[in-house]
Amino acid sequence: MNEIVPVVDMSGISIEFPGVKALDAVDLRLFQGEVHALMGENGAGKSTLIKALTGVYPIDSGTITVLGATHRFSSPAEAQAARISTVYQEVNLCPNLSVEENILLGREPRRRGGIHWKEVRRKAREVLDQLQLGHIDPGSVLSTHSIAIQQLIAIARSVQVDAKVLILDEPTSSLDADEVQQLFTVIRTLRDRGVAILFVSHFLEQVYEISDRMTVLRNGRLVGEYRTRELPRMGLISKMIGKEMDALAELERAESRRQPGRQDEAPVLQAQDLGRKGSVRDVTIALHAGEILGLAGLLGSGRTETARLLFGADRADQGHLSIDGTAQTFRSPRTAINRGIAFSSENRKEEGLIGDLSVRDNLVLAMQASKGWLRRVPRSTQDQLAEKFIRTLDIRPANKDALIRNLSGGNQQKVLLARWLITNPRLLILDEPTRGIDIGAKTQIQKLISSLAADGMSIIFISAELEEVLRLSDHIAILKDRQMVGHIPNDGVTMEDVMTIIAGTPA
Amino acid sequence: MSVLTRTPTPLGRTRISRLQGKARYAPTLATVGLFLAMFAIGAGMYPGFLSGQVFLNLLIDNTFLIVLAVGMTFVILTGGIDLSVGSVVALSMMIAAALLQAGWNPFVVIALVLLTGATFGLLMGLVIQVFEIQPFIVTLAGLFLARGLCYVISVDSITVTDPFFTAMAQARIPLAEKLFVSPGVVIALVVVAVAFYVLHQTRFGRTVYAIGGGESSALLMGLAVPRTKVLVYGISGLCSAIGGILFSFYSLSGYSLAATGMELDAIAAVVVGGTLLTGGYGYVLGSLAGVLILGIVQTFISYEGTLSSWWTRIVIGALLLAFILLQKLFSRKVKLA
Repeated sequence: MNEIVPVVDMSGISIEFPGVKALDAVDLRLFQGEVHALMGENGAGKSTLIKALTGVYPIDSGTITVLGATHRFSSPAEAQAARISTVYQEVNLCPNLSVEENILLGREPRRRGGIHWKEVRRKAREVLDQLQLGHIDPGSVLSTHSIAIQQLIAIARSVQVDAKVLILDEPTSSLDADEVQQLFTVIRTLRDRGVAILFVSHFLEQVYEISDRMTVLRNGRLVGEYRTRELPRMGLISKMIGKEMDALAELERAESRRQPGRQDEAPVLQAQDLGRKGSVRDVTIALHAGEILGLAGLLGSGRTETARLLFGADRADQGHLSIDGTAQTFRSPRTAINRGIAFSSENRKEEGLIGDLSVRDNLVLAMQASKGWLRRVPRSTQDQLAEKFIRTLDIRPANKDALIRNLSGGNQQKVLLARWLITNPRLLILDEPTRGIDIGAKTQIQKLISSLAADGMSIIFISAELEEVLRLSDHIAILKDRQMVGHIPNDGVTMEDVMTIIAGTPA
Repeated sequence: MSVLTRTPTPLGRTRISRLQGKARYAPTLATVGLFLAMFAIGAGMYPGFLSGQVFLNLLIDNTFLIVLAVGMTFVILTGGIDLSVGSVVALSMMIAAALLQAGWNPFVVIALVLLTGATFGLLMGLVIQVFEIQPFIVTLAGLFLARGLCYVISVDSITVTDPFFTAMAQARIPLAEKLFVSPGVVIALVVVAVAFYVLHQTRFGRTVYAIGGGESSALLMGLAVPRTKVLVYGISGLCSAIGGILFSFYSLSGYSLAATGMELDAIAAVVVGGTLLTGGYGYVLGSLAGVLILGIVQTFISYEGTLSSWWTRIVIGALLLAFILLQKLFSRKVKLA
């Protein structure tokens, strides 16, 4: 590690949004040939800092120096001209164009007579091969690929520019373990070529595996810059959370199980061989009041599809579904909502929240919908509810009039959760409620789920993190290749047990 | 932190993506197929329909609409809309007719009209981009403004007697025995060819598609989004002016009420041609096919003789609905992928 002049030197950066001081005099230095991790809880200001460096947000004060030259970026194009490339958490490519175009858009090789398409194909293939993604057809349309592949293509795009600075904002949140390793190989190659890399991730282990140095933010302020190998994990967590709260220990405590649900009564929800052509099949579930059912399975095994089926977002064409012992056919989510079922979607940006409405407005949406639009929820009730849930879920900023789009991912997730809690559902389906949020918020949400179940609510919990499913659930339903292959009570089940079931059942 | 592994299926995926890659062409191919089918039916029903001149007349009678649809394709590909084109056609005709009446050189007049149209479009684009106003509203304002300006020039119809314009109106370019086109057809087809080239062979054109695919993504990729968005309205304005000149060649007059509602014909042609109103998908050749379909419907009605010309509208309405539904099905498929 060379203690030379940093490639990027941001100092005293402040950014203010209406009602939110997003960054307050934050410094960040990136060095050549180093992977630098930017750490912080939700709402700490990580995304804002990145957007300041990439020209998406103008800075209110402070200086940005890149390769010795001071910049004031006012557009992503200017930041890219300064050789700064970014791969955002949500894939920012054009789904309607081909893979090769997405890699080279705006930099297409040209010859007399226009874009040299053969050269586009050759360059795209070269970059894809470099990243061992040779199996992707460069001519295929981007939208036909999974999110994980799209993410890798976004990285291929930034590799293609020969960037000096590469910013990876939560690049691993939708990748599986193999893909993460593939990505890390690429990151190391780029690092060794002298690229300064800024890596943002909620996965602590990944940060410790890949980074050389880290900067910690909290509530829009700088906590400090550290060498990764000199900062133990617990030290990092307490710096991120800001108090000597042992979050990890707290997670363990949640493990002390609650008493099992009321098995004697009729199950709240019972599904028998439920399925839908092209979606998922053989879903057999019995869920009693106060129970948590975890859905485990690989990426793409049909977890979300199962949830959509149970909620009526997709119509089942096989099997039976009954609520409280009476047969049901859900034609639309509305029927399900009327029977006390709530579904918190994994895709909070597209299916859940409305960015231009305030926290309060988003909170009361579902409640208002269930009452019918003619009977308006009184403003005072709205305020009370908003204040109550902001307090109980620790939503930050604690301002009920703040616009949703100005909130961080984790806080948006909490608002979404609160929206369904307000309707007081009997069955709550949570699809990836903890994805992409930090450890503090994760603990809070897990505790909340446990206590809701203890109060008699039935919960279906979906998560890509198997440990989390095992820690919280009373039962585990296992999916493989869009089929339910197992349903086991969680009495000391280990990850290996689940893996064995997944590995052992022929599809 | 364990994220479970998944067995990769690269082979299967490539096959699927190839398949769906072709689905992009589905709406446009459907349009072309429909046109061919209608032509075949016409040939079966009416003697003389099959003569090539019927097809060429479709082009001759719709030169201005072809050019308008080309400009509209650019705008709709970015996810926008331009309602002003019909009025700009009328305004261009009025300016041309008035200046020619005053004895101006026809080439100076044409240059001035094209400049006016392009400037008009660019100004609307600037308003849309700088003030972040819905294109619908801005171009609706443009529609009223341009139409109003027509009446400022003259309330009555002005006849064009300029020798160049009359020559263009009467000229026939022979293609083969008994087959001919007008100079306007050549101009319109050149416009289509240039548009095709710009959309598929230039960075500007690819940016147009990228904006339709995701404006914020395009911006984050460092593409010249604001400039491109302004320019597409400029192109639409320019195309409207060209359309106005072509219409002048065709009708040899300027009239304030000309081309009323033609913006809707242009939009219909583009949509029937397979361009998604939400932007990002579509081809300028599809729009050409869309215009030809609207034209052939009209030809059918006139061959039938007993039907009132309003049946054209009814059929076009039904077609439009059918194509919107087709697009919906198509975009659902894309989402599933």
